[in-house]
Amino acid sequence: MPVINVDDLTDKDKAVMEVEQLRKEVKLERALVSKCCEEIQEYILAGADDDTLVKGISEEKNPFKEKGGCVIS
Amino acid sequence: MANEGLRDNETLSSLKNESETLKSKLEEERAKLHDVELHQVADRVDALGQFVMKTRRTLKGHGNKVLCMDWCKDKRRLVSSSQDGKVIVWDAFTTNKEHAVTMPCTWVMACAYAPSGCAIACGGLDNKCSVYPLTFDKNENMAAKKKSVAMHTNYLSACSFTNSDMQILTASGDGTCALWDVESGQLLQSFHGHAADVLCLDLAPSETGNTFVSGGCDKKAMVWDLRSGQCIQSFETHDSDINSVRYYPSGDAFASASDDATVSTSICLPILTLLLFMCSPYTVGRLLFTGYNDYTINVWDVLKGTRVSILFGHENRVSTLRVSPDGTAFCSGSWDHTLRVRGFLMYVNIGLLRGIPVTYRGIRPYMGIVGPIPNDSDSGFRIYFRSSVNLFPLEK
Repeated sequence: MPVINVDDLTDKDKAVMEVEQLRKEVKLERALVSKCCEEIQEYILAGADDDTLVKGISEEKNPFKEKGGCVIS
Repeated sequence: MANEGLRDNETLSSLKNESETLKSKLEEERAKLHDVELHQVADRVDALGQFVMKTRRTLKGHGNKVLCMDWCKDKRRLVSSSQDGKVIVWDAFTTNKEHAVTMPCTWVMACAYAPSGCAIACGGLDNKCSVYPLTFDKNENMAAKKKSVAMHTNYLSACSFTNSDMQILTASGDGTCALWDVESGQLLQSFHGHAADVLCLDLAPSETGNTFVSGGCDKKAMVWDLRSGQCIQSFETHDSDINSVRYYPSGDAFASASDDATVSTSICLPILTLLLFMCSPYTVGRLLFTGYNDYTINVWDVLKGTRVSILFGHENRVSTLRVSPDGTAFCSGSWDHTLRVRGFLMYVNIGLLRGIPVTYRGIRPYMGIVGPIPNDSDSGFRIYFRSSVNLFPLEK
């Protein structure tokens, strides 16, 4: 069983957790947003050809297409 | 483990002051790097055209609110769980129910499909996560093979298998996340840091490393290292509970959605532009799907920060959303007892039709907003699929 339940923690315990975490984070190295945005944009555009939700799928390949009926003549 | 650097006589208020100072410092550091918005970088990218999504399948069978769903890796099956305590495995192609189990509790808030497709995990108000092997042997009682894996001290809000059937990651109302060994039920790692209930989690795509993100009622989204149990980064950008978090397929960003009616896309370093409610980016990442209390689903273009579509059809709050593993469809579950699987009816070629309102097969798009889809069936899952581009002449 996980060691704590937040309901059992005092406000002070929670404050201690928060301060410790923030101290670690302030020291992290960060990159410019513009650089990160470019990377994300490249990633998305590179995959655009494989992107079924944007490009579509032909009805034959569509696994959920409407099923045809049968006519007995 | 001793709290490094903290003296025993530090008071609550001095801790809070230090917290505020550190938060300001963090904001400053982040602001220095926040030189541009994503949609500005993506300015020259073509906008997506209008598209329409049609319900292809409706899966009926839950007796009450659908709370969670997950796709199987075979892109065909899915598992859903409901307030009435039932967990159902569906074949979305045929709409058949392949398996059904009744949990000993109501409000089964979490369910997940194992990567092998041979088992499911679920839990909720029972404070546990249980694994059920799936068997097609009619003589076997599924409930008899149930294995209790995770034990929390409050409700289970989310669960997910890691990249194998052997480990499960859980999130709970007790404020923790935990990693468990399925076979032995042993706790492998626990993750402490949220100051209130954890409502959601999502694992990073397996190729990009061993991390996951969680969101909680403390308004924080936290990124964790699976192996060490450490929180790598935390983000407090929302004003209310975070209901859903999802990693981008690239692994270096995630989106979080909150009751405050915004969605944040956070690159794991600086923070970016805002967006909305319960989200699911899919295999490539251009679109973001969000579900709302007002029964609708919005579809957003991530690069442009604009909405490309609104989907109607559910008759109550949308509680869960997932895109299928190969990105051909997505499924939404709702408090209207149904799940809808949706795909696109057509995709409009941008060059040809931008700005021209066209009527397709009785569904009328209006400036990018899809009108209500005729209610041709009752509650259930509705599956929408992409089909080929078919342009029909304007109907007068």
